[in-house]
Amino acid sequence: MSLLSLRGVTGGYGAGQVLHGIDIDVDEGEVAVILGANGAGKTTTLRAISGSLKQVDGEISFDGRNLRRVAPHQVARLGISHVPQGRGTFTDLTVDENLRLGAVTRSDPGVAGDLARFYEMFPRLAERRDQAAGSMSGGEQQMLAIARALMARPRLLLLDEPSLGLAPLITRDVFERLGELNRSEGLTMLIVEQNATLALGIAHRGYLLETGSIVAGGPASELAADEGVRKAYLGF
Amino acid sequence: MQLFLNQLFNGIEMGAVYAAVALALVLVFRTTGLFNFAQGEMAMLSTFVTWQIAQAAPILVAIIAGMALSFVGGALVERTLIRPMEQKGNPLGTVIITIGLFIALNALCQLIWPPSRAQSEPFSMPRPWPTRGTIEIAGAQLKWFTVWLVAILLLECLALYVLLQRTKLGLSLRALSSNQESSRLVGINVGTMLMVGWGLAAAVGSLAGALLASRSNQFDVSLMQFILAYAFAAAALGGMDSPLGAVIAGFIVGIAEAMAVTYVDAVEGIPIVVPLLLIFFVLLLRPEGMFGRKVVQRV
Repeated sequence: MSLLSLRGVTGGYGAGQVLHGIDIDVDEGEVAVILGANGAGKTTTLRAISGSLKQVDGEISFDGRNLRRVAPHQVARLGISHVPQGRGTFTDLTVDENLRLGAVTRSDPGVAGDLARFYEMFPRLAERRDQAAGSMSGGEQQMLAIARALMARPRLLLLDEPSLGLAPLITRDVFERLGELNRSEGLTMLIVEQNATLALGIAHRGYLLETGSIVAGGPASELAADEGVRKAYLGF
Repeated sequence: MQLFLNQLFNGIEMGAVYAAVALALVLVFRTTGLFNFAQGEMAMLSTFVTWQIAQAAPILVAIIAGMALSFVGGALVERTLIRPMEQKGNPLGTVIITIGLFIALNALCQLIWPPSRAQSEPFSMPRPWPTRGTIEIAGAQLKWFTVWLVAILLLECLALYVLLQRTKLGLSLRALSSNQESSRLVGINVGTMLMVGWGLAAAVGSLAGALLASRSNQFDVSLMQFILAYAFAAAALGGMDSPLGAVIAGFIVGIAEAMAVTYVDAVEGIPIVVPLLLIFFVLLLRPEGMFGRKVVQRV
């Protein structure tokens, strides 16, 4: 059984329906990617999962538990870390405080150890630990957002356009880190992304979202080979 | 010199009260992002409640019980009056609710504790510490009462500082004022934290009210009416979202007022112009105040 599964999920804002019945599965230990153009409903899908979307219907289950109508802070406590679009940095708090907030729901003694581990993994964050997080570059803030999400020891990481606003080289670095995290720690991820080449490069499974419906889905390699996907999203 | 020092001591004494009420305003502003115009009247109600408890219990017990009840009351105000309007996305409506609450609480106090009663039996707050004696400094008199008042309010500020800066609860409260959406996503129960913020503010106001009331022989429902203007001036000068700024600015406002009424003939008898002018100039020249947040963001 999948760790996360969406069945016939619909939802939107006010009178506007954005999602028209979405089916998505993410297995434990796997990286899944949702590709799609602006306005296709990628962000809305993630918001539906993390409980931030108010108008949502259909079935969302995580580890066999129904997530519909569960408040965002409770979804987070169940083990889903959501890095929102624009990274959701606590800009006027320090880097260190941002990381500690990632673990704010934890009371186990492992927090200090994890903090040290992520400082080692992201040395730039260690250099800036007492600096206001908002003063860092976009790439550094993206690393911080990922590290903050990991501080919760999530079972599922939701990432909303990690490449947004980043230079190509830095975007590549971010995706390399994500691929590494999945390989070395078996971290399960659902990534929403416009940069199809990089995203499919680390993914096991891919979905193509168009105007609120999944139009293609399957193993990432198959999706990357698909003629339509290649033309529309890979540019060759 | 003697006059100067005496006025300085007066200024510091009132400054400590302004600092405490400004701190309450800042706590609410940081969590909910709005000015609570009823903050002063909430503190006034707390003062009457404390007074009522003090009729049957030692004053220290009454003050602590008053603070605890105010915490609960503040949290309830957030939950029942403020949040429903906030959820409608109407910030102006929320401000108007706090103004309505200002009037309602004032009327409620007059109903429960009629001002007419004060003629036969004045509302007199017992002092929580020995009040006799003064220290003489260069011919000026520093009252022990002032020393205690300032010490206790500073201790309260210190306790709040430790709470905000050194505890997980404080970190969550600060996260809330930084980014509500992300606070939810890291698992913070935003609703609970909003109630805690309002509760803390009400408790801080309660202590300030009780101490202010014990300063003179009797108090009435106008206890906080002018204080609110001074506290607003202090909060604005300190930077609306900086607790440290509110405290420092509270003392500045207190001292400025004491000096102005002594040395500036124009404000004689109308000291209220001092905070109003301060608010005016701060908003005009430096809207973020001394310690306010100037958001630095790079993308």
